[in-house]
Amino acid sequence: MLDQVFVSLKHWLLGYSPAAIQPAVSILLTILPILLVFPVLFALTTVLERKGLGRIQNRYGPNRVGFYGILQPMADALKSLTKEDIVPASADRAVHFLAPLILLAVAFLPYAVLPIGRNMIAANLDAGVLFFFAIGAISELSVFMAGWSSRNKYSLLGAMRAVAQMISYEVPLLLSSIAVIMAAGSLNTVEIVNKQAGFSGIFPHWYVLTPWGFAGFVLFMIAATAETNRSPFDLPEGESEIIAGYYIEYSGFKFALFFLGEYLGMFAISGLGITLFLGGWGAPLPFLTWVPSWIWFFAKLLGLIIGFIWVRGTLPRLRMDQLMNFAWKFMLPMALVVVVSAGAWRFLPQGVTRWLISTLLLAFAYGLLARGVETRNKIAKRIYRFAE
Amino acid sequence: MTPLAGCLLVSSLLFSIGLAGALTRRNTILVLVGIELMLNAANLNFVAFWRFGHNAGVSTGIIFGLFSIAVAAAEAAVGLALILAVYRHTKTTDLSLLTGRAQ
Amino acid sequence: MSQMSAAFLILAIVTMVAACAAMTLRGLVHCALALAVAFAGIGTLYLSLGAQFLGLAQLLVYVGAIAVLIVFVILLTRGGESDASPLIPTGLPITGIVVATTMLALLAWAVFHSFAIHSLGPPATPATVRELGTVLMAEYVLPLEVIGLMLTAAMIGAVVVAMKEKQDTQ
Repeated sequence: MLDQVFVSLKHWLLGYSPAAIQPAVSILLTILPILLVFPVLFALTTVLERKGLGRIQNRYGPNRVGFYGILQPMADALKSLTKEDIVPASADRAVHFLAPLILLAVAFLPYAVLPIGRNMIAANLDAGVLFFFAIGAISELSVFMAGWSSRNKYSLLGAMRAVAQMISYEVPLLLSSIAVIMAAGSLNTVEIVNKQAGFSGIFPHWYVLTPWGFAGFVLFMIAATAETNRSPFDLPEGESEIIAGYYIEYSGFKFALFFLGEYLGMFAISGLGITLFLGGWGAPLPFLTWVPSWIWFFAKLLGLIIGFIWVRGTLPRLRMDQLMNFAWKFMLPMALVVVVSAGAWRFLPQGVTRWLISTLLLAFAYGLLARGVETRNKIAKRIYRFAE
Repeated sequence: MTPLAGCLLVSSLLFSIGLAGALTRRNTILVLVGIELMLNAANLNFVAFWRFGHNAGVSTGIIFGLFSIAVAAAEAAVGLALILAVYRHTKTTDLSLLTGRAQ
Repeated sequence: MSQMSAAFLILAIVTMVAACAAMTLRGLVHCALALAVAFAGIGTLYLSLGAQFLGLAQLLVYVGAIAVLIVFVILLTRGGESDASPLIPTGLPITGIVVATTMLALLAWAVFHSFAIHSLGPPATPATVRELGTVLMAEYVLPLEVIGLMLTAAMIGAVVVAMKEKQDTQ
């Protein structure tokens, strides 16, 4: 009952509107929560990230503004709204203005196909996962527009790197989702979540708890980190390398819009990972199904966000050629093997056999690829030269 | 004007715009852009006939459009690679300078 | 006109304006971005006509890959700096515009004088992904395999053609 509180609220509010404009009001009532909840989550994540990174780096994060720094997003918002909006004199004004707008529009669209709870999806498209990836592919263009319109060599360099990285990591992302689509038999996100809804014993039928699903989930999350330009893949926007990459020349509110777009992309792709691999809004244990579905979705989302922040604080940044090698020479073959393994899982009878064959396929491929990559790029032995 | 006629008119306009551009512009990349526009116009034709034509429930129009998109992607990739290779040799992408050059 | 919705009209106008801009703008990167808008417009037209999978595939492939590829090649061939294609063509390019206008006139005549547009057929069955998949694997499996081979060949060919040649040193 608490599970469907938002759906009932929407139907109740809909009952109060005149019949002529009911479709429009219905659409508005569906979109408004998305437009309100996720930016608030963005604000909370900025503070969580800065404090989390601070603690990992053995310092406090921001702790001046509110109770333990919780009002820091307010201060950030005020700062970015009141800063002067500087546009370089030789910049291409129209494209410079449009880039953050397109990024923002493209960042909000994928939320339409994520099932946030039972019966809580904005647009139940027949090809929902394809919609998600199509919109994600459009965001590459807005990154390029931002970098090119600034007429700044470093900005353009950052944009080219970002687009190359996004394109390279899109392929393992798509291939690992294809394994899930194959297993579920549909591109519809609601159906994918419904296929993961059962329990056998105390284990849920989530795809992450199968061998190919686990490998696919790891690949998906690595590719997601690269798609959203998060550390350790944040060379295009590395703060110590190229100062801010493709949004150097943006100041004030547009800069904040880029950050908003990046974090929203991170939430959206985590949401898709939850839908595809972690069972969507399903409970992890059979005796916990009384907890509302949307609470499970947000709990899993929070878990993935903490994972992102943890990885950012821990791993060093990858160099561009290391990044590209990793994508094309390791992740792409591994993703193909995940697809084959998922196929083997689907057609073998239930039991120990299919676990064994799936796991052996993946372990064999991983051993071959990981060892193979390592022996090819051997680091030269360090030579010490001392003054005589 | 039926919806089918409207769609076909839009696709004819797109086709002629693409044709005009492909025949007029001097830059090789823009010729390729014109060709892509023409391919898209033809695809729009297929989808319009699938939607409004006498088809009795087959999805041939969509399948053809899908294959056409795949072929166009491959052709754009190879065409752009060729443009890159020609640029590397002749340092220009201007068609009026490239025609009649003895290689 | 009563049957054509406002959405279709707006999408059609946006697509045509973007296509015109793609062929007439002066800066190459502007042309490429206008082309991306035209592709997105066409993809949305497919979505409005009910071809969901095709519209999304158009957005993914054309806007997400081909437009980005064109932009990359523009930057790699340094076209953005010195493109000075004259807006009013002199001499030979007039022929191109005349040919295109003739083609448009011919196509429009063919559209308005054909029997097919005056009698609408039955509404198309919604092409769900499941049905498309069944049809692809049952009737069109041969073109599917051929497309797979062709894409592989095109990929290898593009890489080989665009690769830097080995410098033959003395």
